This record gives sequence, C-alpha cells and structure tokens, in this order.
Amino acid sequence: MEIEEVYSRQEIDEAEGKQINELIARSQGIIPDPDQWLDEELKRNVMVTTVDAVLGWARRTSLWPVVCFPACCAFEFITTAASRFDISRFGMEIIRASPRQGDLMITAGTLTWKMAPQVKRIYDQMAEPKWVIAMGACAISGGIFRSSYSVVPGYNHIIPVDVYLPGCPPRPEALIHAIRMLHEKIGKRSIIQEGK
Amino acid sequence: MTTALAPGKIAKQLARKFPDAAIEAGPDGLLLKSGQLLAVMEYLKKSPDLDFNYLNHVTGVDYYDYFEVVYQLTSLKYNHGLVLKVRCYDREKPVLPSVTGLWQGADFQEREIFDLLGIGFEGHPNLRRIVLWEGFKGHPLRKDFL
Repeated sequence: MEIEEVYSRQEIDEAEGKQINELIARSQGIIPDPDQWLDEELKRNVMVTTVDAVLGWARRTSLWPVVCFPACCAFEFITTAASRFDISRFGMEIIRASPRQGDLMITAGTLTWKMAPQVKRIYDQMAEPKWVIAMGACAISGGIFRSSYSVVPGYNHIIPVDVYLPGCPPRPEALIHAIRMLHEKIGKRSIIQEGK
Repeated sequence: MTTALAPGKIAKQLARKFPDAAIEAGPDGLLLKSGQLLAVMEYLKKSPDLDFNYLNHVTGVDYYDYFEVVYQLTSLKYNHGLVLKVRCYDREKPVLPSVTGLWQGADFQEREIFDLLGIGFEGHPNLRRIVLWEGFKGHPLRKDFL
C-alpha cells in the first residue's frame, strides 16, 4: 500500500525549524516560577510527599533509647553514646529512664529469670510504636550462659525483637550498623500496617 | 595491711574459755563446733583484746560429705583478722545459728547461702530466697544439683 503524502518534506523541515526557534526564543527569558500563585511566606516551603515517608523519617531520626542495660554490653552502648561514636547524630542521645518516653529498647546484657518480669514490664510500659534491638550473644540466645538455670535463653522469649545484633560484646560500629538496619525497617513501615 | 592472727594461738585462748567447743586450729583458720558458734562469736566480738567488730563475709562450701560455712572477721581497731569455719553434716535439713544478731551485715549473705546451698539459719529475721525466685526447685550451688 502506498502512503499518501500530506505534507511535503519542505513543509516538515520548515515546521521543525520553527519549533526549534520558538524553544530557543522562550529559553532566553526568565524561567517561570511554578509557585508564583502562592503567598510570599509559603513560597519555597512546600514539599509534596507521602504520610508514610514523613512518619518514618520522624520516627527513625528521634529514636529515644530506654534504659535496659543489665550486663557488660552496656559499656559498648555507653561508648556508642559518648563523643567518639556519638549516637546523637541519629537523634538518640536522650536516653530515657522512663519507659513512657522511650521508643527503642537496646537489650544490652544477659537477662536472668529473676529480672525478666521487670524487663517485660518496662517493655509493656513503652508507648507504641516501639522497637527492640537484641544486643550481643546473651540477648540473642543466652550466649555462654544459655544452659544455666537462671538465664533467659534469648530476649525473644520475653518480648518481640526487631534486630538481632551478634557479638560478645558487639563493637560500637556493629551497634550503629544495627541502628541503621532498624532505620531501614522503620522506613519500610506503613501506617496501613499499624496495629497489625 | 590487715595481719592475720595465728589460728593456733587464738585456738588456745578460746579453748580455755570454751572447753567443750572443740576448737581446732586448721592451717588457714579455726574450726568450730556449730553448737558453740554463737557463744564463741560473741566472745570474739566483745572481748576487748580481740574486738572483732567487722564481719568481712559469710560464705558456704559444699564438700559432698558436709557443708562448711566460713566467716571472716576483722578488727578495725587492731587491724587484725581471723577466719572461722563450722561444718554441717546434715544434707536434708542443715541448720546453723545466725550471726545477724552480732553483725547485721550477715543478713543478705546468710540469705544467699540459704538460697543457693539450702542451709537454714536459726534466728535470722528474714530468711527467704534472695537471688532466685520463690518456687525454684533445689539449691544450685550444691554439688548434687542437676
């Protein structure tokens, strides 16, 4: 089948040339401001995003740890909190003695059955949303004390755990890595899943 | 540093005062009969030339055939110390007199021995478990535990 020519080659080239010249002419002027219709104060202060992204950002950049440091991993946590590793970079420098103001429980140490009701109570008193990092071998599985009559073989027997951080004890870099992993996890959470 | 008193010397002094206490001087301390424990302890604390006004610690040991409870005393005035031991041969219901009436610091330590070794202390004001929970079966520092 033969295609009927509507425009001649000359006409197509001329139309193209005209369009390019128009674009060049328009680019010479000032680029129009898309926020021109806004008030002076609102200009340049508007960002469009999702509710999940804002909530996730707010939550992960102000994780306040609650005090739960029953054993030696606490020293690695203290080092992480001090100036050299400085968790205030992540908005975590406020370590709460009241569980009602904490978001994150870093379980730094061996837990005995005698202490377990207190840890469970502190976790229950924390306001939602809340997270738990099981720090160190004892927190994950009881560690070298696993077969003891008095040691809880892992915090996950008592409370739900979000991130497992191995080490005996884990170095501050490892703890920061676990915190970063938790940040990722919080970022993926949606308010639609809330309460589930 | 605190000078350790020679057990043999003290044993002779005590034997004169308590002829039926069967005091033996071991290589590292005095071995007392549990029946006379309180009387001897009171004498050690209150006699002016010994003046053991400070109890360093009370601890218990399981030697399979018997339990041994060890007391370490110090005189803060004379800066000398002494180790005393008593034995308890009953495994079912071992009982010793409590020294909380003489040194209040013995309170928690006797509770710990009661908790972990199952040795009762007669005259203790508050004898219940301290590091394990109510309902725990057995005494884990006994050699036959598990």
